[in-house]
Amino acid sequence: MSNAPALDIRGLSAKVADEEISILKSLDLALNPGEIHAIMGPNGSGKSTLAKVLAGHPSYQVTGGEALYLGQSLLDMEPDERALAGIFMAFQYPVEIPGVSIANFLRTALQARLGRGEELDLFDFQDQLLEAMKLLEVEPSFAERPVNDGFSGGEKKRNEILQMAVLKPSLAILDETDSGLDIDALQVVSNGVNTLHKENPEMTILLITHYQRLLDYIKPDFVHVMVDGKIVRTGGPELALELEKQGYVNWKPSS
Amino acid sequence: MPESKLVDNLDLDNYKYGFVDSESHVYRTKPGLDESIVRDISRQKEEPDWMLQFRLKAFKIYESKPMPTWGGDLSDLEATLDEIYFYVKPQEQTERSWEDVPDKIKNTFERLGIPEAEQKSLAGVGAQYESEMVYHSLKEEWASKGVIFDSIEDGLKNHPELFKEHFGTVIPIADNKFSALNAAVWSGGSFVYIPKGVHLDTPLQAYFRVNQEKMGQFERTLIIVEEGAHATYVEGCTAPVYSTDSFHSGVIEIVVKKDARFRYTTIQNWSNNMYNLVTQRAVVQENATMEWLDGNLGSKLTMKYPSCYLMGKGAHGSIMSIAYAGPGQHQDTGGKVVHAAENTTSSIISKSISKEDGRSTYRGLCKVHEGAKGSRSNVECDALLINDTSRTDTYPYIEVDEKQANVGHEATVSKVGDEQLFYLKNRGLSEEEAMGLVVRGFLEPIAKELPLEYAVELNRLIEMEMEGSVG
Repeated sequence: MSNAPALDIRGLSAKVADEEISILKSLDLALNPGEIHAIMGPNGSGKSTLAKVLAGHPSYQVTGGEALYLGQSLLDMEPDERALAGIFMAFQYPVEIPGVSIANFLRTALQARLGRGEELDLFDFQDQLLEAMKLLEVEPSFAERPVNDGFSGGEKKRNEILQMAVLKPSLAILDETDSGLDIDALQVVSNGVNTLHKENPEMTILLITHYQRLLDYIKPDFVHVMVDGKIVRTGGPELALELEKQGYVNWKPSS
Repeated sequence: MPESKLVDNLDLDNYKYGFVDSESHVYRTKPGLDESIVRDISRQKEEPDWMLQFRLKAFKIYESKPMPTWGGDLSDLEATLDEIYFYVKPQEQTERSWEDVPDKIKNTFERLGIPEAEQKSLAGVGAQYESEMVYHSLKEEWASKGVIFDSIEDGLKNHPELFKEHFGTVIPIADNKFSALNAAVWSGGSFVYIPKGVHLDTPLQAYFRVNQEKMGQFERTLIIVEEGAHATYVEGCTAPVYSTDSFHSGVIEIVVKKDARFRYTTIQNWSNNMYNLVTQRAVVQENATMEWLDGNLGSKLTMKYPSCYLMGKGAHGSIMSIAYAGPGQHQDTGGKVVHAAENTTSSIISKSISKEDGRSTYRGLCKVHEGAKGSRSNVECDALLINDTSRTDTYPYIEVDEKQANVGHEATVSKVGDEQLFYLKNRGLSEEEAMGLVVRGFLEPIAKELPLEYAVELNRLIEMEMEGSVG
């Protein structure tokens, strides 16, 4: 299985669970371990739906196709099983958990990765957390704040990448992590992602973004253009620049 | 303690305190209540005549008052009251030494985790079994400073003047039907006196256990905190699970004098066949502070609204409560603050969780009398619903007769969100772990105020209750 792609999506179709209209329409995409891929596309093209379907969001229903993670079928797994298998999604809109500190949350999440009877080493955890906070340029007191509760847009996104740094996924899906960030925060967050990838070159990253701007900071190996639920073009980083100049107008849904 | 350990230790199918000891008692009245039983209780306790007269008067008032219909469903209570034992005496006297407590009762309290060892972090311990305090002790350090921590009966015997001066003054007999009932048949409870300026640095703790089936427990507690004194009192309650209903109706009276501070913490985890109708009230004098910390986790129906009567200038009252209403439970709880002097302040924070068909009700009163200038009150009640069938209601009564007063009220109802669960699962938490984390976070502002062993217990309970809560 060592040669299996990190993620191999074949003919994936999906819709909102309560509705009839398909959002993903027989989408194909393959990512090899360690690669960074960016998916760009206009609003409504289904980019975020793809991220959520891969993470197992209950509001979406897969109507066809397959998604293999390291050769293993993903679609029948519960969201927490996918997480424990190494898949992480940075949310476009991170969710508030009042009364639960980031430290407590991450400790619980790491503990969940250990077997029964195994105990998380709290000193190691403390070190990891402090290192991750340094990377994301937040004060140590940040970890004592309740998860996303009362956070600014920038703090929420830093918190997502902070969690990624501590949980060390093997496949990270970043859903519009650049949205709502000012240029300073964008630099910090991008630097965080780049550092994590340097530390762990085997980590595969799927960036989902509307704007080319993010790709100035995180260099993808491949850029895909997604329109109307499928990938319509694939290229290198230069494709993002082309899109930036021309916009998405040329990418009408093909029939 | 790491949470995973707690999870491993869970006994998921059972109410943990539901075990039963074989019945034994040295005296018991016949089931039901009439005047002869009231007289009998008084005779058993060898009370002075004024107390017998007090009880008889209370019994008449109890009989004359209708069953309240404004709160939880009490329609079956009348029949229950005809069947229960109003007085069960488990042993001859209140022991001062744990060694002297009969083995069977001692074992019960040891199984409940209230052994002597716990005293290390407590100033004093009391334990009530059925109708009487079976054990009461106070560390010598505090006794020598004039602190009194006795059973209520010993308080009446040994400190008659102090007792008579305050007893029944905070909660008059006729306050409500159940305060009248308690006044007629009270038995057990604590008598606490903290002398002027004494600061207790560790809590006094009382533990209440009902073992007998069809039992009525009517403890009565009187606490006097003298000027400038500080103290904390903690009570816990459990009972076995029976198919028939039991009844608990306590009255807690507290006087907090000038510049004093007092906190009263309750964690009631009665079994789900218990009616729990309790009246708790504190009179708070000038610049004094009273805090109620109230956790209602068990019982079939609880109706309980801890109150602060802010009688002196600058007095402060705080009521923090947690209610958990699981399947078949109704927690009708809240708080009451009365501002009767200038610059008094109060805060009520109430948090409830309803699961399956459980129902939680917040019922509160904030009253500001004319002349209580500069008074401020803030009420915040938050309800969390676990399932679509769960229910919560809010009845916040606000009466303000003073223009220069500031009263705020805020209420929220939330449901554990699918997005929250998905977010947490995406980080590797199972559905139960995710639910437990959201619920614990919701309770955190109050849970952090609890004594450590109760906070651990609360966490354990939540882990247990959240198992299989999502369908």
